[in-house]
Amino acid sequence: MKKNKIAVAVALCMAAVLTACGGTAKTETTKAAGAETTKAGAETTKAGAETTKAGAESSAAGGKLVMVTNAEFPPYEYHDNNDIVGIDADIAKAIADKMGMELEIQDMAFDSLIPAVQSGKADFTAAGMTVNEDRKKNVDFTDTYAQAAQVIIVKDGSDIKVPADLDGKKIGVQTGTTGDIYAGDIKDANINRYNKGMEAVMALTQGKIDAVVIDREPAKVFVKENAGLKILDEAFTEEEYAIAVKKGNTELLEKMNAAIKELKDSGELQKIVDKYITAE
Amino acid sequence: MWEKLRDDFYQNFIVDDRWKYITDGLQNTLKITFFAVLIGILLGFLVAVIRSTYENTHKLKVLNWICGVYLTVIRGTPVVVQLMIMYFVIFSFHDPGQVFTAVVAFGINSGAYVAEIFRSGISSIEKGQFEAGRSLGFNYAQTMWFIIMPQAFKNVVPTLANEFIVLLKETSVAGYIGLQDLTKGGDIIKSRTYSAFMPLIAVAVIYLVMVMVFSRLVRVLERRLQRSEH
Repeated sequence: MKKNKIAVAVALCMAAVLTACGGTAKTETTKAAGAETTKAGAETTKAGAETTKAGAESSAAGGKLVMVTNAEFPPYEYHDNNDIVGIDADIAKAIADKMGMELEIQDMAFDSLIPAVQSGKADFTAAGMTVNEDRKKNVDFTDTYAQAAQVIIVKDGSDIKVPADLDGKKIGVQTGTTGDIYAGDIKDANINRYNKGMEAVMALTQGKIDAVVIDREPAKVFVKENAGLKILDEAFTEEEYAIAVKKGNTELLEKMNAAIKELKDSGELQKIVDKYITAE
Repeated sequence: MWEKLRDDFYQNFIVDDRWKYITDGLQNTLKITFFAVLIGILLGFLVAVIRSTYENTHKLKVLNWICGVYLTVIRGTPVVVQLMIMYFVIFSFHDPGQVFTAVVAFGINSGAYVAEIFRSGISSIEKGQFEAGRSLGFNYAQTMWFIIMPQAFKNVVPTLANEFIVLLKETSVAGYIGLQDLTKGGDIIKSRTYSAFMPLIAVAVIYLVMVMVFSRLVRVLERRLQRSEH
């Protein structure tokens, strides 16, 4: 209905412009525009009907799959022209396709992802999330789909050369990430928890903190975009990413595992990763 | 049910001394609010005096203009944006500490609102009072200080108290600059235990108790001030 109104309004505007251009062709133009309006309106209605049909189809195949993520984490997930894209987003799309479902991605703070899945507000989260024991108590993880690591970013010329040098330093992390959790084990560390990894990196470039502990792939992006930063060769920890679903939702878990296996076997998964991470 | 609640409580506050996130955060929240209130009153008082002086006497034209710009900019932008500008832009090459940054940002913000509260208090006093003061031989400053201000202050106490309650709650956005305030403390626990209920309710209750205690104190102050009227 709203679309109809817009179509009519556009047609009327066009008619008005045309009318202003040529006085003699006045009646004719208006008439033509009027006819077009009706047609456009009819088309819109038809398109609306099609949408409804498509909606019905997707619900027949199992409906919508809602994914939550924190889209501030390139190259795994980030905003690009109003879309959330990245490795996780593409993998989730591929999984949803395999399951014959429609994918909807929602963006929220990283530390809200597991509560969102637990409370059933979302079906799953794919957010470069490391599998660890604490998280396993609260959600069920699929098979892992990526190798990852927590690395340390410092300024060029920093006296921090290996992870052990972090003792007693000011360290920036993103709240709730494994980097945040493990940084708590560093002796006498002064930990600054930011909402976004990028903000921690910004604080580092401004000299407010001494180092940032964050996942390797986003770290590479941040270092590339900010001159004067480097990643230490020795990683802080090694880990693996997986998708998390609500605890006890074995049906979805098994379907997703099957889809992940297919994607791995067919080489599609590697293709997605290669698309975003170019080999050095 | 009780079993689960107890278990939740244990997980969220006892394990790993997690309650410390809350208490450390509370300390920062109180620190920021207290010093921001001081800056806010000082700044607000100054601005209000300048503005009312201009209104009454048309002096201090340039200062009045500066104050006008200050009020427009600060009241026209969200405090969380001001806070991030303070941290990431203004203090970008020097780090005075996150708490200090927050105190300055919230103080400057509060000052703008306090200024308008004071100014409305001053203009709520009848012109006759002012004229009476002047005709008794007080100069402008003396009239303001001894006659207008004491009455104006009494009138604005409730609104002023309200502004400080708002300020206390507004400091909950301090987490945006990586500062661990009360809200962020709850967030950190939430990110460790993945349960939202306990940490969020605990944080909410603490804010509520602080506001209730403060409101009670203000009511006592108001009653004291009223007594002097008789």
